[in-house]
Amino acid sequence: MSIQNSNTPTGLASEHYAGDVYHTAEWHHHGHHDSDTDDAHHQNFWTKYVFSQDHKMISKQFLITAIVMAVVAMAMSTIFRLQLGWPGHKFPFLESFMGHWAKDGVLDPGFYLALVTMHGTILVFSVLTGGLSGTFSNLLIPLQCGARDMASGFLNMLSYWFFLGFNLMMLISLFVEGGPASAGWTVYPPLSALPEAISGSGLGMTLWLVGMALFIVSALLGGINYVCTVINLRTKGLTMSRLPLTIWAFMITAILGILSFPVLFAAALLLIFDRSLGTSFYLSDIFIGGHPLAHSGGSPILYQHLFWFLGHPEVYIIIIPALGITSEIIATQSRKPIFGYKAMVGSILGIAFLSFIVWGHHMFVTGMNPFLGSVFVLTTLIVAIPSAVKVFNYIATMWRANIVLSPGMLFAIGLVSFFITGGLTGIILGNSALDINIHDTYFVVAHFHIVMGSAAIFGMLGGVYHWFPRLYGRMMNKKLGYIHFWLSFVSVYGVFFPMHFLGLAGVPRRYYADSAYEGFHELVNVNSLISVFAIIGALAQLIFIYNFFYSVFRGPKTVQNPWKSNTLEWTAPVEHMHGNWPGDIPVVHRWAYDYSKPNAEDDYIPQTVPFSKTKSSNFPGED
Amino acid sequence: MITTLVYVVLILAIIAIARTVRIFELLDELRGERDTQEINRSDNRFNGFMLLVFLIATIVYFLYVTLKYKRFILPVSASEHGVGIDNMLYVNFLIIIIVFFITQVLLFYFGYRYQYKKENKALFFPDSHKVEIIWTAIPAIVLIALVVYGLVQWNKIMSPAPKDAVIIELYAKQFDWTARYAGSDNNLGKTDFKMIESSNPLGIDASDVHSGDDIIAKELHLPVNTPVLLVMHSRDVIHSAYLPHFRTQMNCVPGMTTQFHLTPTITTEEMRKITKNNQFDYVLLCNKICGVAHFNMSMKVVCETKEEYQKWLGGQKTFADNMKVSDEKTSNSILVSK
Ligand code: HEM
Ligand SMILES: [Cu+2]
Ligand SMILES: [Cu+2]
Repeated sequence: MSIQNSNTPTGLASEHYAGDVYHTAEWHHHGHHDSDTDDAHHQNFWTKYVFSQDHKMISKQFLITAIVMAVVAMAMSTIFRLQLGWPGHKFPFLESFMGHWAKDGVLDPGFYLALVTMHGTILVFSVLTGGLSGTFSNLLIPLQCGARDMASGFLNMLSYWFFLGFNLMMLISLFVEGGPASAGWTVYPPLSALPEAISGSGLGMTLWLVGMALFIVSALLGGINYVCTVINLRTKGLTMSRLPLTIWAFMITAILGILSFPVLFAAALLLIFDRSLGTSFYLSDIFIGGHPLAHSGGSPILYQHLFWFLGHPEVYIIIIPALGITSEIIATQSRKPIFGYKAMVGSILGIAFLSFIVWGHHMFVTGMNPFLGSVFVLTTLIVAIPSAVKVFNYIATMWRANIVLSPGMLFAIGLVSFFITGGLTGIILGNSALDINIHDTYFVVAHFHIVMGSAAIFGMLGGVYHWFPRLYGRMMNKKLGYIHFWLSFVSVYGVFFPMHFLGLAGVPRRYYADSAYEGFHELVNVNSLISVFAIIGALAQLIFIYNFFYSVFRGPKTVQNPWKSNTLEWTAPVEHMHGNWPGDIPVVHRWAYDYSKPNAEDDYIPQTVPFSKTKSSNFPGED
Repeated sequence: MITTLVYVVLILAIIAIARTVRIFELLDELRGERDTQEINRSDNRFNGFMLLVFLIATIVYFLYVTLKYKRFILPVSASEHGVGIDNMLYVNFLIIIIVFFITQVLLFYFGYRYQYKKENKALFFPDSHKVEIIWTAIPAIVLIALVVYGLVQWNKIMSPAPKDAVIIELYAKQFDWTARYAGSDNNLGKTDFKMIESSNPLGIDASDVHSGDDIIAKELHLPVNTPVLLVMHSRDVIHSAYLPHFRTQMNCVPGMTTQFHLTPTITTEEMRKITKNNQFDYVLLCNKICGVAHFNMSMKVVCETKEEYQKWLGGQKTFADNMKVSDEKTSNSILVSK
């Protein structure tokens, strides 16, 4: 389908498949065959690869962009880990590409903060929000729901282009005068509001805020599309209670985004006003650069409330899709139904709801009313209950299973392991009395890198290994996949486990060096160890990148359903085509998890197989 | 030289990966396996075995790291409320470590134990309400207990300071700390950021009757076994007053007053004995990112007996003294005159 066809004024709805090619909403439309073939003639390089409105192509665009950004962010972390592991040591090669930010090969303290900030921003937003949801919601929502495409291909395309705009802003900001934003990924004012306070709060911060506005637009366009598609375009027979858990996860994630991102937009907008228009939403009583500022009456804490009202749901926007992917991979590769499907859906819903009323746990020591703090302690620790249920259900699914240890499955197991480890430290952080002494220390760094950073990255990588055949019609090399997994897995624990001890020793996060206090001097050894693992981990990702791009072009061709999976995406032809299925859209007859059903011929029964064909294995009432 | 070397190593690494792939492919071709990346028996065996190895190795690594690094963990709490926090932390750790081991061991063991065999069939076991209710209820009960325990501590710590608490202000700016002692009237003079100038860096209002006896210093002295109310201010960005040994932390926010009260229980002298380190000193750190020198923003903390504290305080110049000096000499900083 070409772009000229999409000239409906709203860009919404299905009519943009002009020429009556097919209607996404009307799945029993016929005659797709001929139209699809002549559709191919309309395509040129630009409409096929660049301004594509096809969800599968957009999915790949998100994925490749995320991979590029992940490499940038990982390189940043390697650079600042060099400084932390070997403080003050000269690494001349740094100067060769960082110039005055690393004079004589020693990282500049200001640029250290810039790197930390951009590392966090890129990973949280580009890779784990845009990249993760953008790739898998786009690929799987239409394919697993049995839809021809997203509800609106045009908005979907826009969603990608806004996302790309955000990424370009972030990259450009690395090169501007004063450096990129440097106030930490949470960009708290006044530090982020006043260029006098830190050089990154000049043009770099402006680009950050404008970029974030673009990102929010992208997230909203994407999110609305995902929700509409799931609600309206499911194929016949695919009731909500038969949805694969991936789809549940993606839909809830999208709803979380739609409800919380506008608040971040407001927060950013007010910050822009304070920076450029002289308003005082967040600023008051400030004396800086040798003179008092006129701002009066604002509250920096207001910003934190607004930020974390998004910020906390945001961490679940990151982890829920990863959990959805994990549920799917674990069930498929365990050859066993996911344990407690209803509980799994219920716990996602519970987590999603609770995620809106826990944001204050990031602010226990801001001077917030202690009673309010108590309420947040209660709500925060309640989140651990549905989280625990998910973990138990994963483990129960693997009990007496028949597990295929594919690279995807290993990454899923890795995710569960991280989710346990990091979730448990959350229980400590969530108790305000304990948080007093470990807030903003390396203990928090350890917590969220394990439970969010590493877990979600593992979910994403697992998803890539699992659905690579669906994305590119080829298989990735499994041996490289195994090497990649084991090196990454070892490195994550190698890097983040010792950080708990740094935190318990009272080492603050975002310190360029631990030189201020005598007591920290002997911790250098711990930091060197962490940095060694960080470098190994980073190098291991090169293996993945090589494997990925090599397999895109040279990997062996896949069979239709390489993992013998039940879900609909594997019923579509290996070669991508517009509209996903050449003939009628498949009809669904059962849930997604009929693996190893007693008395069934095979250890899986795809959702498209009617009960009338599986008489031997039907339970009472299933016919 | 080293620069070139680093780049060469990187390029070689990539070539090495490419070669490795090629070798894998050739090996596969020899075995006639090319073009299937299907997971076979030996993959399952290898990775299942690795899961077990990893589980054991990680447990050993965790124990090793714990034993090796546990001496870095903060020494005993030097404040009254901190003891409560520490005990609570141990209880929490005990619980999470138990859960950690049970769940991780099951996860990895199942991965190893139930690896795919063609002749096997998984158990079709989609749910069990009984089990699910049990494992929802148990965490719920444990967590509610932890919440109650936590809130009791929290409310104790956050309760209003006793009336007779010694009042000390922690004043933060990029990138240093200043302590202001309330003086004989135990009342801090008003401040106004518009009055800040080099001779009056905190912007103390000289016309306020409480100002004259205030004492400004670059060290935080705390009298032992005496309730102290720390009152916090910042003049530019958000900072955070972090006293790790006293289990104390509170943000310093421009335009706002925050506070934290504590009762120090161990003097610096005593802590030197406890830590067997006669160089030991308490410290006040900045724990909220505040700019380039954030990592260097700290102040020495001295905890001493009441008598020592009074003596030290007596030797300090008051705000009124300083203003006189600066009027006479127009010196540009009272801090220098200290
Ligand atoms: C058992 C459930 C969890 C609890 C009780 C919990 C609790 C907390 C608390 C209290 C903090 C604030 C710590 C501080 O700043 O002092 C925190 C930080 C954080 N948590 Fe969690 N958490 C849980 C799970 C998660 C999950 C699942 C994710 C993400 C997927 C996550 C991501 C984060 C992040 C990103 C931060 C740090 C943000 C920052 O300051 O930069 N947490 N968590
Ligand atoms: Cu949170
Ligand atoms: Cu500071």
